[in-house]
Amino acid sequence: MSTVNENTVLEIENLKVDFETNTGTVNAVKGINIHVDKGETVAIVGESGSGKSQTMMAAMGLLASNGRTSGSVKYEGNNILGLSSRKLNKIRGAKITMIFQEPMTSLDPLYTIERQLCEPMVEHGEYTWASARKRAVELLELVGIPEPARKVKAYPYEMSGGQRQRVMIAMALANDPDILIADEPTTALDVTTQAQILDLMADLQKRLGMAVVFITHDLGIVERISDRVYVMRRGEVVEEGNTKEIFGNPQHEYTRMLLDAEPTGRKDLVPDTKPLVLDATDVRVEFETENGFLMPKHVLRAVNDISLKVREGQTLGIVGESGSGKSTLGRAVLQLLPSKGRVVYMGKDISGATRRAMRPLRKEMQLIFQDPFGSLSPRLTVGQIITEGLLVHEPHLSAAERDRYACQALEEVSMDPSMRNRYPHEFSGGQRQRIAIARTMVLKPKLVVLDEPTSALDRTIQKQVVELLRKFQDEHNLTYLFISHDLAVVRAMSDTVMVMKKGVVVEQGSAAEIFSNPQEAYTKELVEAAVLKHDEPVVA
Amino acid sequence: MSVTSTNNKETPELGRSLWDDAKDRLKANRAAVTSIVVLIFITILSIIGPMLAPHEYDAVYRDYVKVPASLEAYPRQDQIEPAFMSVAKRARLNVESYQVVDGKVEAEVTSRREIDERNTRRFDRSDIFENTQIINYSEDRKSATVTADVQYMHFYFGTDANGRDMLTRTLIAGRVSLTIGLLATLVAISIGVIYGTVSGYFGGKVDLIMMRVVDILYSLPFIFFVIMLVVFFGRNFVLMFIAVGAVEWLDMARIVRGQTLSIKRQEYVQAAEAMGVESGGILKRHIIPNTLGPVVVYMTLLVPKVILLESFLSFLGLGVQEPMTSWGVLISEGARNLQGAPWMLIFPSLFLTSTLFALNFIGDGLRDALDPKDR
Repeated sequence: MSTVNENTVLEIENLKVDFETNTGTVNAVKGINIHVDKGETVAIVGESGSGKSQTMMAAMGLLASNGRTSGSVKYEGNNILGLSSRKLNKIRGAKITMIFQEPMTSLDPLYTIERQLCEPMVEHGEYTWASARKRAVELLELVGIPEPARKVKAYPYEMSGGQRQRVMIAMALANDPDILIADEPTTALDVTTQAQILDLMADLQKRLGMAVVFITHDLGIVERISDRVYVMRRGEVVEEGNTKEIFGNPQHEYTRMLLDAEPTGRKDLVPDTKPLVLDATDVRVEFETENGFLMPKHVLRAVNDISLKVREGQTLGIVGESGSGKSTLGRAVLQLLPSKGRVVYMGKDISGATRRAMRPLRKEMQLIFQDPFGSLSPRLTVGQIITEGLLVHEPHLSAAERDRYACQALEEVSMDPSMRNRYPHEFSGGQRQRIAIARTMVLKPKLVVLDEPTSALDRTIQKQVVELLRKFQDEHNLTYLFISHDLAVVRAMSDTVMVMKKGVVVEQGSAAEIFSNPQEAYTKELVEAAVLKHDEPVVA
Repeated sequence: MSVTSTNNKETPELGRSLWDDAKDRLKANRAAVTSIVVLIFITILSIIGPMLAPHEYDAVYRDYVKVPASLEAYPRQDQIEPAFMSVAKRARLNVESYQVVDGKVEAEVTSRREIDERNTRRFDRSDIFENTQIINYSEDRKSATVTADVQYMHFYFGTDANGRDMLTRTLIAGRVSLTIGLLATLVAISIGVIYGTVSGYFGGKVDLIMMRVVDILYSLPFIFFVIMLVVFFGRNFVLMFIAVGAVEWLDMARIVRGQTLSIKRQEYVQAAEAMGVESGGILKRHIIPNTLGPVVVYMTLLVPKVILLESFLSFLGLGVQEPMTSWGVLISEGARNLQGAPWMLIFPSLFLTSTLFALNFIGDGLRDALDPKDR
């Protein structure tokens, strides 16, 4: 294990970060030691709330106003913790730079890429506007943006998420930093884009020789690019060491749990003799965008003539990147969006059914959402949320009976029924997703469309939610449409898998076939990028 | 058969709603809490003040026109003699001797004719004297002694150009202004919230038509509209300000519609739709409760707006009618008499501005309390 030596560029010693809140002091970081050597890649891994981002924010002097720090952060031997922002600015943005998770919001929409790239260069005094412009084009070329001379004049909205993240990296590289801190730089990106960005960062590091601090919750990424790993949990470093050691021989139980957190198990195939629950033919969803008065309307075809069949007890995994139309398809078969084509549910043609006609069927056809923070009404209690469906479908129930149903549903998702008078904001992400599942299951549905139900959750919680969904499927013989971009979860859950891209099906087949022997280039790319665990871990 | 209650029936814990959190944050805001106290104080004063005040709001004291605000009682020592003399002169009495003892005037008067008993009324009719008696008539009844009690009165806020007590009038005006503010705001909010949520939630053509109606109403000149309403409703002030509320809902409808547009794309609304909840249920349970934050804030800002609007209308003569009054009316009168009688402006404006200040601070505090992310 490496120790502090003359090559160390950043040394964090006994760093503590506290936040003063209305409800008391929160100890976000509880005295940790981290050091980064010249030219190495260090990963800080942990689940949400482990304090991994706050550590680096504190080092950079970017804490929220109620944050307090103690300890020391030494850059090339000088303590930079608690420096005035004027002194800090000489280092921050020049010698230590940062890139963030959200490429969509970290660029100012009002200025061109050129302007945003050049400004910090000129501000730090090493460039004139003319030389900065030249450098901007070079940087864009460096981060692999095609046609850099033209793209430099573009506005952020003209670029894709991946390209924006590349621009952010270019910006961070502008002043030849010694340390690049990347805070979940690929979390908001699609898997294939994510792989490209990681390759780019590894390549840049080799060429430019800077140190990279990689903050992430995704162990797949860590294994792929980092030299050393710090595992953080609840503000403490629980384990540190070389990547190979940590992955090969984890010592701390928490590390082991993280490594083990990829959902395991496969779905038992459902025989073809089971009745068809959903049979959709040529489903097409189009969105019209107005191009202005008297101009022809622009038609965006989000879902293009897709057919699917799901049998009772089966799970169909729908895989694709953002914008592939997978969520739209899920809503279209539930008749929540206007669509063309024929949808038959349990032998009954429901295509184009009105809201009124669909109402009795809604009890049996349910939808679970990705974002457990957005899908629960913030002003209702958990009990009210869970029983809302009963108000519609079982109007004869009394309030006391509904309350009993709510208790029962909460118990089924392994939550304490005495929590039913609490409000959603008092629960964690995983608990909220359980509540959302309870709300669905209390209606005893037959078909459930799961729209990225695990994507917003930490890996360990993901695993629990997957187990819970499996349990419901087994007990109630449910049929799932499982929409996700997360191949590991899809592989664990589905019988058949459908790969979508830009509104069309690229490949379709049983889960085993798709994952072990993908035919199409796009599917191969996806499976490769996802770094799934095989019998032995893949080393990149 | 009695069934023992299962363990899942144990008393559920009470959760803290977002409103509870907001309440705590509001309590921590010193300016807002002070404002609430001030507002409550002014409200209570306005409600019970006029009943306790020594004067009626429409009582006219002709001898005390535009007297300055003072803690001392009227009449002043040097006012008594001239007042007495002038009444005596009108009664054609010559005052031979005059003295004031213990708030009692004693004067010997003579006259060329017989002194009539009824002359006491002339003295009593003045606001300064009461219990006037004529005693000690001489034999020819041409001279006598007049005794009268001096009637001491307090005008803490002074009096107006008609000699009415400003204290009582300011308080009664508070009643009117606050009622108008609340009434019109409630009307505006109820119409605005319902209209806005319906328009925003249903969207499409419904939204288009409903919002065009709002646009058309916006383009009507306000004064023209109010004059029309006065013509139809007459000058009943309650009806009148329900009508004002019916004009002021336009902003509210737009705010709520904007909120609704973003809320209806929230997943919890989609979840309710996917469960088959009817539109009414979605509006009632999901959309309206979530728009209430900005609505409450807007409400605290609308009350002062309506109060000012009322002042403006009263100033034009379309609002409250004499002798009833409101802060706006008092202030406009005060402004006209600013040179000679500044107290006529100072006291009502003090009440109005502190109310407006308080409401604005409460609005500010509420906004911070309801949306802590904004800070």
